[in-house]
Amino acid sequence: MSKTQETVLCLEGIRKDLGGRRILDQVSLSLCKGELKVLIGPSGAGKSTLLQCANCLVRPDQGEIFLDGVRLDQRSGLELRLFRQHVGMIFQDFNLFDHLTALGNVSIALEKVRGVSKAAARERGQAELARVGLGNLASLYPAELSGGQKQRVAIARALAMDPRVILLDEPTSALDPELVGEVLAVIRDLADGGMTMLMATHQMDFARALASEILFMENGRIIEQGAPETLLHPAAGTRTLDFCTRLSMELEGRKTDTQ
Amino acid sequence: MERVLPVLNRGVWMSLALILPSAVLGLAGGILLGVARGFGPAWMRRIGDIYTAIFRGIPLIIQLFILYYALPKLGLYLDGFSAAVLGFILCSTAYHSEYVRGAVLSIKQGQFRAAQALGMSRLQLAWGILIPQALRRALPGCGNEIIYLIKYSSLAYLTTCVELTGEAKILASRTFRYTEIFMVAGLYYLCLTSLASLLLRKIEDRLRIPGFGRQG
Repeated sequence: MSKTQETVLCLEGIRKDLGGRRILDQVSLSLCKGELKVLIGPSGAGKSTLLQCANCLVRPDQGEIFLDGVRLDQRSGLELRLFRQHVGMIFQDFNLFDHLTALGNVSIALEKVRGVSKAAARERGQAELARVGLGNLASLYPAELSGGQKQRVAIARALAMDPRVILLDEPTSALDPELVGEVLAVIRDLADGGMTMLMATHQMDFARALASEILFMENGRIIEQGAPETLLHPAAGTRTLDFCTRLSMELEGRKTDTQ
Repeated sequence: MERVLPVLNRGVWMSLALILPSAVLGLAGGILLGVARGFGPAWMRRIGDIYTAIFRGIPLIIQLFILYYALPKLGLYLDGFSAAVLGFILCSTAYHSEYVRGAVLSIKQGQFRAAQALGMSRLQLAWGILIPQALRRALPGCGNEIIYLIKYSSLAYLTTCVELTGEAKILASRTFRYTEIFMVAGLYYLCLTSLASLLLRKIEDRLRIPGFGRQG
């Protein structure tokens, strides 16, 4: 990725205190078009808060947010709503609307927020569901879907809004192991298709294979960042490598435990 | 009996005239108030809580007396029918709001964040996400309140609005056939409440969605 590419999303000096604790401390990052940056780090490092600050679901105490070079006025409700239409968000626990079918979930924002006609919204919704491989389950309710299917509906819901960038907050952490693959496959397709994404995850193999850059967070700061092959080079001696080694050792341990 | 039934039937019509607008407007008011109390900004919650405390905390009969007998002293005249309907609406709004508020609080908060993340305004969120779910969860409780309303509509008799109970009382004191007349009046109420609960059950079935309420 060359530095001359256009920046889609840019965060500058984001600070957030919650309950007297500094959760984010002067975090800055920028995402160029088509980049997939992966946030990793121990739990409590501030990854989730950072993602929620990036679209102001949690308002930063300090710091600026830019989309396509335009500064967001965080106090203007109207600007915030416009901004969020262009920034998709995927949650760990899906957060589908329980009273709507899969298709209803995907098309409601088009109808209510964009003012698209019902027929057009449903057509678009159906196309997005087909894109994540759920074209045949459009009429099912969230209670009738598996975790992996729910997360894919959530991704389709974000895609229907034609986002400039998608924020993913540990999209596979709430899933049973055998369902992780289907969700990662959809995210991989998006990355291949040139979608700009910022993703917090513990799926190291996925990060290693697809990330343009890894951002390692600890205590509310990004303390290391770089291409996966640099940070995770066996001789790199980075905190990132250390963390990943411990993570995979723990996974191994769990596997032998269950055997 | 042929003298009793026409009189009681007239009373039933008056009862229905009291119950129907009270049920519809009371439920509508209760939904608005319940959403305001469960989801609105702090000042809305406070006003809603005070409203509920007052109208749920004072006996309905006192409220009706205030509306009918005390308000004229302040220059506001209501006839018996209007005073009764207004009293019923104010009171059932308070009760409905409590069921709706509970339902609002039981909705998973993550859905609100998801709606916000899609660019929805709070109003779009309330109308598109919150109310459809809260209503389904509140329906059993609200149905219960409507059944109560059918029965407490008999208090309208005390604001000189002669409905089923009033007709029965007048007829009985004129004929001294208390037993028969009140038995029949009671049966009428039983029919009304049974009909209402059947109807409510039908509505619940119509609105049923997998993951909400009764299964199967």
